[in-house]
Amino acid sequence: MNEKISNTRKIRDFILKSLVWLSAVIICLLLLGMLCFILIKGLPHISLKLLTTKPSLLNDTAGILPNLLNTLYIIMITLLIVLPLGVGSAVYLNEYAKNKKAVQLIELATETLAGIPSIIYGLVGMLIFVQFCSLGTSLLAGAFTLVIMTLPTIIRTTQESLKTVPDSYREGSLGLGAGKWYMIRTAVLPSAIDGIVTGCILSVGRIVGESAALLFTAGMANEILNPVQAVSKGGAGSTLTVSMYMYAKERGDFDTAFAIAAILLILTLLLNISAKFTAKLLKRGDKQ
Amino acid sequence: MKSETIQTVRIQQKAPRRNFSAEIFEKIMRVLFSVCGFIAVGFVIVITIFLIISGVPAIKEIGITKFLFGTKWIPTADSPEFGIMPFILASFYGTFGAILIGVPLGILCAVFLTKISGKRISEVVSGAVNLMAGIPSVVYGLVGMIVIVPAVREIFGLPDGANLFSAILVLAVMILPSVISVSETALNAVPKEFEEASLALGATKTETIFKVTVPAAKSGILAAVVLGVGRAIGEAMAVMMVSGNVANMPKIFGSVRFLTTAVASEMSYSSGLQRQALFSIALVLFIFIMAINLVLNLVIKREKK
Repeated sequence: MNEKISNTRKIRDFILKSLVWLSAVIICLLLLGMLCFILIKGLPHISLKLLTTKPSLLNDTAGILPNLLNTLYIIMITLLIVLPLGVGSAVYLNEYAKNKKAVQLIELATETLAGIPSIIYGLVGMLIFVQFCSLGTSLLAGAFTLVIMTLPTIIRTTQESLKTVPDSYREGSLGLGAGKWYMIRTAVLPSAIDGIVTGCILSVGRIVGESAALLFTAGMANEILNPVQAVSKGGAGSTLTVSMYMYAKERGDFDTAFAIAAILLILTLLLNISAKFTAKLLKRGDKQ
Repeated sequence: MKSETIQTVRIQQKAPRRNFSAEIFEKIMRVLFSVCGFIAVGFVIVITIFLIISGVPAIKEIGITKFLFGTKWIPTADSPEFGIMPFILASFYGTFGAILIGVPLGILCAVFLTKISGKRISEVVSGAVNLMAGIPSVVYGLVGMIVIVPAVREIFGLPDGANLFSAILVLAVMILPSVISVSETALNAVPKEFEEASLALGATKTETIFKVTVPAAKSGILAAVVLGVGRAIGEAMAVMMVSGNVANMPKIFGSVRFLTTAVASEMSYSSGLQRQALFSIALVLFIFIMAINLVLNLVIKREKK
């Protein structure tokens, strides 16, 4: 077959094919190079002292304990609020809504929210939560901003999962005399748990990686906060990403910046893997 | 045994009460879910209102033509000028450059993943692309600062490597994951019959891919491009770390400031009209993003038809 093809076609074929291979190789090398570079530069600087102290200007030491805690606080506050909202929204779209126009409107709004860049969220969060609601620069203001940001993720993953729940579950439950809410709670939501968990993991990834939206809402402080301070007005603090930005751009302390970058990378990797496997595991548990 | 009896007792207690209040309860739940459902719409409206309220006053005071088309941004001078043309152009060039590099690379990679590589390799590369999408933007910025900026300085013999070109390179890498995943979906959606027909007519596999499959997935790939534009124009932190952040009219090897970084870099210390002007910049950026979203929706709708 191949011998009948003219030389120009062969050459063009070869060029295109090698371009395709080349681009795939370039992208893999890019990622691999970046991973290795950050891990090699960052891992040696991760020490117990870095992880368990707060930065001190007096002793000129860096510590990221406050930032680790702040990241954890923000993740918890955000998920606590966004989870009921997002799952509720998805349940409404999939189980309750009958008006097609309303569904379209909500889906359009969700897509719009997903497309808004984080710097705008940061600004609007500052206007609404920091100034208008007078929460001050605080973890709460940051978490509320992130609630709006992560809402589309939770809605989308939950909705996709709800769509795969067979109608026979609903009919069976209703046929046995359950009310609609009882049916949703006992038959529909448990079968959609994989989507909800995946949504949570994706949101955590988004929160961990977010910086622009938090810069003006959660602030840049590096103090250790206890949980009560974290949820009170004016409890400001920077997350890992924000502090990494400050270390790199404002202070020029690249050793610490790379150490944080390495931690962020490892977190991203873990979240990615767990997102993939929880979906599979929970689905499998469902079948048995 | 014990737990069973407790349960039966509970059910007996609950059953009559449910009958009494079941309807009201169901109604309450329905209202609650409806509120949750429309909360996204509420958020969009609130965001729009807040941006307009805080963005319009400065534009009015400065004058819309002076604001949009003025080429000088010197907010702290004695006779301050607020022209955001440099930012608009920098965002535009930066995005265009990123698309120019990132889109061909991304589409070729998507072709590789869907049509050429085996399942194993494809899974590994897809995983890599997913990971890339999850890496925080500040990490891209950091690597750009340490690797790309010095490299650009050395290669082109410049005094400073933090310029538009470095920003374009970083943005090109950052839009890759979205471009790849959307084009992948588009390419996978092309019916097998198209390819089989082309192969049966004697076209080679590569010819089939580039003359039949890719054109058939045109609108999906267009959606990928528009999504990439949205990502690039909205990116702030990474750009701030590699673009030099000076409010010049953009030159490829000059230090520039994007719309996003203009907002981010002065927000912490500005006040008065300067601060209001920053909100106006955010409003302009928001309008651009909304326009891009609109185009994206139209493209996706057309594809569905």
